[in-house]
Amino acid sequence: MIAAILAGESQRFHDLIRPYERSVYVMALSFVHDESDAEDIAQEAFLKAFRNLASFRGEAKFGTWLISITLNEARSRLRRKKLIKMEPLEAPDDDGSHVSPALLRDWKEIPSEALERSEMRSLLQKAVEGLPPIYREIFVLRDIEELSIAEAADVLQITVASVKVRLHRARVALQKTLAPQLKQMDSKRRWFPWS
Amino acid sequence: MVIECKHVWEHISGYLDGTLEPEVLRMVQEHLEHCEICSAILDSTRNILILTADERVFELPLGYSERLHNRLDEELRGAEGGD
Ligand SMILES: [Zn+2]
Repeated sequence: MIAAILAGESQRFHDLIRPYERSVYVMALSFVHDESDAEDIAQEAFLKAFRNLASFRGEAKFGTWLISITLNEARSRLRRKKLIKMEPLEAPDDDGSHVSPALLRDWKEIPSEALERSEMRSLLQKAVEGLPPIYREIFVLRDIEELSIAEAADVLQITVASVKVRLHRARVALQKTLAPQLKQMDSKRRWFPWS
Repeated sequence: MVIECKHVWEHISGYLDGTLEPEVLRMVQEHLEHCEICSAILDSTRNILILTADERVFELPLGYSERLHNRLDEELRGAEGGD
């Protein structure tokens, strides 16, 4: 399809990108925390992809290439807005710092139906958005966009070992933030089913 | 070999991804059989990952797709115009 688009059938670009509309937007949103900025970034990323389609070599998957463009667009937008200085300093992977999980005696499974409540959705959203950038990037790529570890390493231009370390810290940090909150929310719900 | 809780925590991510070496995996599993804290930590982490990956968490804004394709259309027509 890419060859056809390059040969002049530009309209087929619409179909090419349809499967990636969502992942590009979510990637952008996890960076800018603002729906309309995220939409801007997504549009810009798709336009850049179209303009640079000839340089796509097919070595990576098209989706991975698109995510790299989105990531660059989001990062440069943040730099321009100078929002980046509000972000915590990036910790090197080998600084020996450890994140410890929240300690629990038991865990009662929270079913996906709980996501019908907006309170629950925004709790999860805020937790992901609150991760330091180097952890948020890897978490979104791997656990939300579902890239493989190798693909994520490729997009972020870091080693597979770094991906694993950062991903681990991201996941533990989310457990630490979310497990106590979710547990509390869940117990409240059982005690006050009418609320 | 018996391992402590904090050593199990270092393997949370690898355990969930199924990438642990067989020897490490066996130690973690043995530990989990008698440690309710580590079991709860792993269960909660797994649960949280499933919830955050759900499409409902990050919703697309209304009309997003339509606006995107309209914007692309302008660009695509420009490209076809031989410009
Ligand atoms: Zn333990």
